[in-house]
Amino acid sequence: MDEVEIRALIGAVKDGRTSRRDFVRRMAAFGLAAPTAGMMLAHEGVAWAQSPLDAYKPTKAGGGGPLKILFWQAVTLLNPHFAVGTKDQAGSRIFYEPLAGWDAEGNLYPVLAAEIPTKENGGLAADGMSVTWKLKPNVKWHDGKPFTADDVVFNALYASDPKTAATTAGTYNYSKVAKVDDLTVKITFDKPTPFWSDPFVGTYGMIIPKHLFQDYVGDKSRDAPTNLKPVGTGPYRFVEFRPGDMLRAERNPDYHLPNRPHFDTLELKGGGDAVSAARAVMQTGEYDYAWNMQVEDDILKRLETGGRGRIQMTWGGNIEFFLLNATDPNVEVDGERASLKTKHFAFSDPAVRDAMNLIVERQQTQQFIYGRTAKATANVVNGPARFVSKNTKVEQNLAKAETLLEDAGWKKGSDGIRAKDGKRLKFVFQTSINAPRQKTQAIIKQAAQKIGIEMELNAVPASVFFSSDVANPDTYTKFFSDVEMYTTTMLQPDPGFFMLLFVSWEAATKENKWQGRNITRWQNQEYDDIYKAAQLELDPVKRASMFVRCNDLAVGNYCLPLLWRATANAIENRLVVPESGWDTILSMISDWYRPAA
Amino acid sequence: MAAHLVRRLLIAIPSRLGISLILFLILALAPGDPFGELATNPNVPPEVRMALRAKFGLDDPILVRYLRWLVALAQGDWGFSFASRIDVSTLILQRVPTTLLVIGSSQVLALGIAVPVGIYAAMRPYSLIDQVANTLAFVGFSLPTFFTGLLFILLFSIKLDWLPFVYNADVQASGWRWWWEHVRQAIMPVCVLGFFQAASYTRYVRSAVLDVARLDYVTTARAKGLSDRTVTLRHVARNALIPVVTLVALQMPAVFGGAIVTEQIFRVPGIGSLLINAMLANDTPVVMAVTFVFACLVVLFNLIADLLYGWLDPRISFG
Repeated sequence: MDEVEIRALIGAVKDGRTSRRDFVRRMAAFGLAAPTAGMMLAHEGVAWAQSPLDAYKPTKAGGGGPLKILFWQAVTLLNPHFAVGTKDQAGSRIFYEPLAGWDAEGNLYPVLAAEIPTKENGGLAADGMSVTWKLKPNVKWHDGKPFTADDVVFNALYASDPKTAATTAGTYNYSKVAKVDDLTVKITFDKPTPFWSDPFVGTYGMIIPKHLFQDYVGDKSRDAPTNLKPVGTGPYRFVEFRPGDMLRAERNPDYHLPNRPHFDTLELKGGGDAVSAARAVMQTGEYDYAWNMQVEDDILKRLETGGRGRIQMTWGGNIEFFLLNATDPNVEVDGERASLKTKHFAFSDPAVRDAMNLIVERQQTQQFIYGRTAKATANVVNGPARFVSKNTKVEQNLAKAETLLEDAGWKKGSDGIRAKDGKRLKFVFQTSINAPRQKTQAIIKQAAQKIGIEMELNAVPASVFFSSDVANPDTYTKFFSDVEMYTTTMLQPDPGFFMLLFVSWEAATKENKWQGRNITRWQNQEYDDIYKAAQLELDPVKRASMFVRCNDLAVGNYCLPLLWRATANAIENRLVVPESGWDTILSMISDWYRPAA
Repeated sequence: MAAHLVRRLLIAIPSRLGISLILFLILALAPGDPFGELATNPNVPPEVRMALRAKFGLDDPILVRYLRWLVALAQGDWGFSFASRIDVSTLILQRVPTTLLVIGSSQVLALGIAVPVGIYAAMRPYSLIDQVANTLAFVGFSLPTFFTGLLFILLFSIKLDWLPFVYNADVQASGWRWWWEHVRQAIMPVCVLGFFQAASYTRYVRSAVLDVARLDYVTTARAKGLSDRTVTLRHVARNALIPVVTLVALQMPAVFGGAIVTEQIFRVPGIGSLLINAMLANDTPVVMAVTFVFACLVVLFNLIADLLYGWLDPRISFG
């Protein structure tokens, strides 16, 4: 799919021949997250879709009684700039709001902004150097103070101060935010920025009040009393918080959206495990909503038969994939394993990589292990026939894999394992300890065995595998094995960050303490060049086609996508829960409601 | 006595230092990183993670960190939670009431069952009641709490729908309803823990009473024509319970420490669940504080048990 094709498709969306949703889905087939697709349409003058908040039915605020939410990972803090994981971001989102959010289709919708900046309304500068946001008037903080441009400007200063140690620093480090008037802010970037909707939008965009935090910037940030007693603009007001256990809120009578919120009180309980959380919603009805049911689909289906609740999937950017090591983990050069100076003894042969791709049982893994909670990423490259990229193969075909290896000179030895020039096809395959992953490992091992590849399975505790501990050899960034598998999150709506996964200069090495993002350590000049060009390309369509090309280069080479994974949430039967996989899990909490029976 | 107390307290200081050093070393050497979750998030640049590590002093040598921790502790500062970004002492204090309530009542329940049953069984050894009590005790302490806990949930919450299985430490009600809600949600965790403890206590009480019941002075008491009731309660039980008191005293740290598994199953926000969550989040200061408090309590209650022993049985002296 190149630029011309994308433009034709956008034309089709413009005059209604193709639906917005269809367009987004096709773009997703090329590894472009829904938000990127949405931005492409906006750039081409297709108006943003209607706000997802238009579906809200209740005609008055309140009266919904209590809303009880269960998180088996408890919320531990309530300052969005300190949030380490999803749970904390979700907890903060009940009270704090961004200027705009991402809906399930990857479209922007205004929250604290009066409108989404576009070229037409003068919000976007033609040179891509700045964006101007108009704020919604008459929005009040929970303590009655007005929300103004000063608050927005303050957040950028607060987060980008390295002494504050904000986890959102990455979002605010490369821009300057200035107040134009009380209800207008202008963000100026240090270089043309195609992805202008990162600051103040979505998960990392929640805004905290200046008047309560201005004395607590930098080193003093930890002492702010408001860290634990949030005062935001959101639909619910803070009542009580016990870190790691319970969060209580009540309806904000002054909420800036009409007739919202529906519920009078909100309770968010934490702790326990996923299965019993699912039971509490779907079997006993003690809770209305439980987040992140990382449970086998069979169990979820059985619980659903109880009739009290259902499972709702949210599709975001979670992709489970295999990585093949481009360097040799068994050789030490200058005291470094898997050094960039080595080449993998087998994967440097394209035939072996293709064979690896052919033995991956995507459909079966999806069907028997993940069920409804994942889709085989056959979709990533196997979309409508004309979009199938030529570089990638996703079918499982053991016979073909055997032929490939045979032709490339990898012959079976007496032990049934293929070898060439004395090098046996024996790979160490590592992943984190997690039941579905071990099952997947077993399936792959079996398939590999059939065509004469020996797999040694290694399961590392998640706390080790995902740590950045420099002393530990088993972390996923060190990748001292031949093959590894994990889920990467494309939560950030722009592929710019994601695609760093394969650029040469990000290779994870001893020199950068294995902090580089390129974990396979694959280095490719063409990829690098396209990536660099894409980061400066302002035309979203051209940029998208560049990323598609990048995707094609990487996928099926050293990166074998396996599954697109959903977040499964358990919801009480009558509760209406709008969700978006591109934003925080409770991002549309203002619009949750329960229709009268 | 006083001299003994002072000596014991002095001895406890190096042992506590040793404990804290070992705990700190183990935690420092254990794999994991409080900001590991940021590592898998491509939106957070590695520099941010590095800055966080530096800010919380994770990159300093272990001994420097240990000394810093020790000095802070000496000044009453328990440290600062990485995960919640508040003082560890606040976190722990929030958990104490629930822990004491749930674990405390389970201990009371355990003793309430174990003492009468144990004494009764021992006074009539090998009778039908003794056999039944023995069998139940064996079953009781052979079944782990995570099993009985799940069994209770399946039966009372899911099949019968009588009791809630998510513990809510802060019930939004007043008057009788408040009490009723608290009792209802505490029944299952308290019973699970109580029955487990009761089983092992019963065995101790029984064997202690059996030992005493054979002694000459008991026979003398009977020969004097005292009623069976008086002999059992005044002469046998009083002496037999000395080792049991010691045992209970040594169990007290566990009361404060909570019951990790049971708390996790019923979502009781006690110290045990704080500890397990802190471990999962690699929140070292919290883990350190909780385990150290626990270690100190063990040392303290050992001392108390020793002193109690002397007080209950004057033959033991601390000369």
